[in-house]
Amino acid sequence: MIGLPHYLLLGTIIFCIGIFGVLTRRNAVAVLMSVELMLNAVNINFVAANKYIAPDSAVGQLFSVFVIVVAAAEIAVGLALVISIYRQRGSVDLHDFNLLKW
Amino acid sequence: MYEFILPNAWLIAFLPFLAAALIFLFVHRWPGISAGLSILSIAAACIFSIPLASAVFAEPGGAVFEYSMRWLQMPGLQVDMGLLLDPLTAVMLLVVTSIATLVQIYSLGYMEGDPGFASYYGYQSLFAASMLGLVMANNFGQMFVFWELVGICSYFLIGFWFGLDSAKNAAIKAFITNRVGDFGFLLGILFLQIIFGTLSFTALAHVIPGYQNVAVLIPVAILLFFGPMGKSAQFPLHGWLPDAMEGPTPVSALIHAATMVAAGVYLVARAFFIFASVPQAMTVIAVVGGFTALFAATIAITQNDIKRILAYSTLSQLGYMMMAMGIGAMTAGMFHLMTHAFFKSLLFLGAGSVIHAMHEEQNIWKMGNLSRKMPITTWTFIIGALALSGIPPLSGFWSKDEILLAAYSSGHIGLYVLGVVVAFMTAFYMFRLIFTAFYGSNTYGQEKAHENRGVITVPLVILAVAAVLVGFVNSPLMHHVFGEYVNSPLGIHPHPSIGIMVSSSLIAGAGILLAWLIYQKNVISHEALRQKFSGLYTLVQNKYYIDEIYTRLGEILVYGGARVMFWIDIHIVNGFVNGIAYLTGKSGDSLKYTEDGQVQSYAMYMMAGVLILVVLGAIAVESAVL
Repeated sequence: MIGLPHYLLLGTIIFCIGIFGVLTRRNAVAVLMSVELMLNAVNINFVAANKYIAPDSAVGQLFSVFVIVVAAAEIAVGLALVISIYRQRGSVDLHDFNLLKW
Repeated sequence: MYEFILPNAWLIAFLPFLAAALIFLFVHRWPGISAGLSILSIAAACIFSIPLASAVFAEPGGAVFEYSMRWLQMPGLQVDMGLLLDPLTAVMLLVVTSIATLVQIYSLGYMEGDPGFASYYGYQSLFAASMLGLVMANNFGQMFVFWELVGICSYFLIGFWFGLDSAKNAAIKAFITNRVGDFGFLLGILFLQIIFGTLSFTALAHVIPGYQNVAVLIPVAILLFFGPMGKSAQFPLHGWLPDAMEGPTPVSALIHAATMVAAGVYLVARAFFIFASVPQAMTVIAVVGGFTALFAATIAITQNDIKRILAYSTLSQLGYMMMAMGIGAMTAGMFHLMTHAFFKSLLFLGAGSVIHAMHEEQNIWKMGNLSRKMPITTWTFIIGALALSGIPPLSGFWSKDEILLAAYSSGHIGLYVLGVVVAFMTAFYMFRLIFTAFYGSNTYGQEKAHENRGVITVPLVILAVAAVLVGFVNSPLMHHVFGEYVNSPLGIHPHPSIGIMVSSSLIAGAGILLAWLIYQKNVISHEALRQKFSGLYTLVQNKYYIDEIYTRLGEILVYGGARVMFWIDIHIVNGFVNGIAYLTGKSGDSLKYTEDGQVQSYAMYMMAGVLILVVLGAIAVESAVL
């Protein structure tokens, strides 16, 4: 029987994969994708919690819809930034963008 | 009449105070009115104190009147203010008011035309008020207030001609030296308050003589003695008094010879029951007094400034009084205080008359043969000098003799010998001065010198009469009437001895004779003597270099202290501030490399931070649950 812990475990795994991607990938687009993974891991948690803890309300589902909307906006802005920076520097490698330092 | 006068004795101090206030606030523009107010008030105080004294002396042994009121009350602390009128106070009242009156009249002539004439009288009145308040105080606290007031008046009057650097410095020196003494005095007073819970003389006089724990009283008595040491210029706090001669001469006569400097002796007499209960303190007082007497007398022999000779003589005589107190002869000490007040103020006023006539010349070697031009001054001065030297039957003879007698009969043979030596030196230096300045072959001053007007000479004559007569009040001729009133059950009262009297007058005569031989007849050349003992002479003439030693000590202390403070400032205070700045700079230097511009490392720090918060939160929740 699949229960709440399984969903939470799945969310945790996806979240960790997302963090790993954010911290290690050098390609800016891949980092944005990893951020999406993290957001969706959270969505899984919301929905699971909604189903198993408070099945009578739809707050968790509503919240995940809200997160999806924000994520869409975020990815739009993020990709726009990536394109802009690619035009400037000819690269999407994050290691090349280190002008703001000591 | 007594019903009114006794409870209203405070008027004696209040009248001069009122005069001072009026002078400073309203009439200082009119010198004549100021002087008139001041003289009127002190003369009124003088007249007022006569019935008061007669009320005190009306009873055999002296009546004691005390009036007191509560001034401040707190749990555990009562502060009283009041008047204590006993024979001691009565004597001081008569001495202070009469001499102050004469000095103020004399000042009319001496200070004539001075731009500060009005404020001079203001200070004089303020001084008289403070001094009279001091002698009438019935407790240590009130006495200390007036004690400080006379100190500040002394400061103002020493520095009266503040345009002169020397006067300014002398005033500061006097003030600071007195501060040292007064600090100890104040500590002593505080200890008395802590131990006994009262400062009243009468209350303390009941408690202290039978007090068991004498060990506690030793530091208290020594601390209290610091006050008289400063005020009466006892070694090692003596240096300010000779310098105080920078003030106007009448001031020197009144404050720095007759009254204020005697306040220290008065205090020892007033608190005699404390000192007499502590034999160690008595020894200290006797030794300090005796040493000061000898020490100052030697310096007086080598000085050339007429006022400085008298100043060192005052030091020496104050030492004499202290020595008498220390021996236990409280009556003799107070008696000498009284006679000294008259003949020393006479000598100072005489010196002032000479200085005035010589147009501010003070060097005795630049005078000479003044006796022709200034007969009244000369004769009164000689009477004063004879009284000071202890020639019978003048006043100084009776009082000095009594001190020597007390020293001899109480077994202080060392102090007796010292007293005799000082008496010899006193006669010698006084007549060295007289033969040089008033006789002598020198005729420097003759042309310009002239006898002064009556306003100056009349006080001299009155004081000369007093200098001759006041001694009789404690002579066998009047059955020691002074000692019957002014005495202490703890003091000693030796029987008069003809042997002591004869020997002390012979010694004084020998001193005069030696001075006559050296300075008048030139049988022994003083120049040759000076050459022969040039090392000693230089040492003594420079006052044993005490001032220089103090200066050096002061430098060492101040500069040494400054050096230590500088080190602390540089290494500890600056070190602390600089250390913080260095630490901040260094940590910034090393931590700046975390700011590497890589967006992913920032994300990692954030991640780590969140992780730490989560772990901490988990721990908090765990412990809250447990």
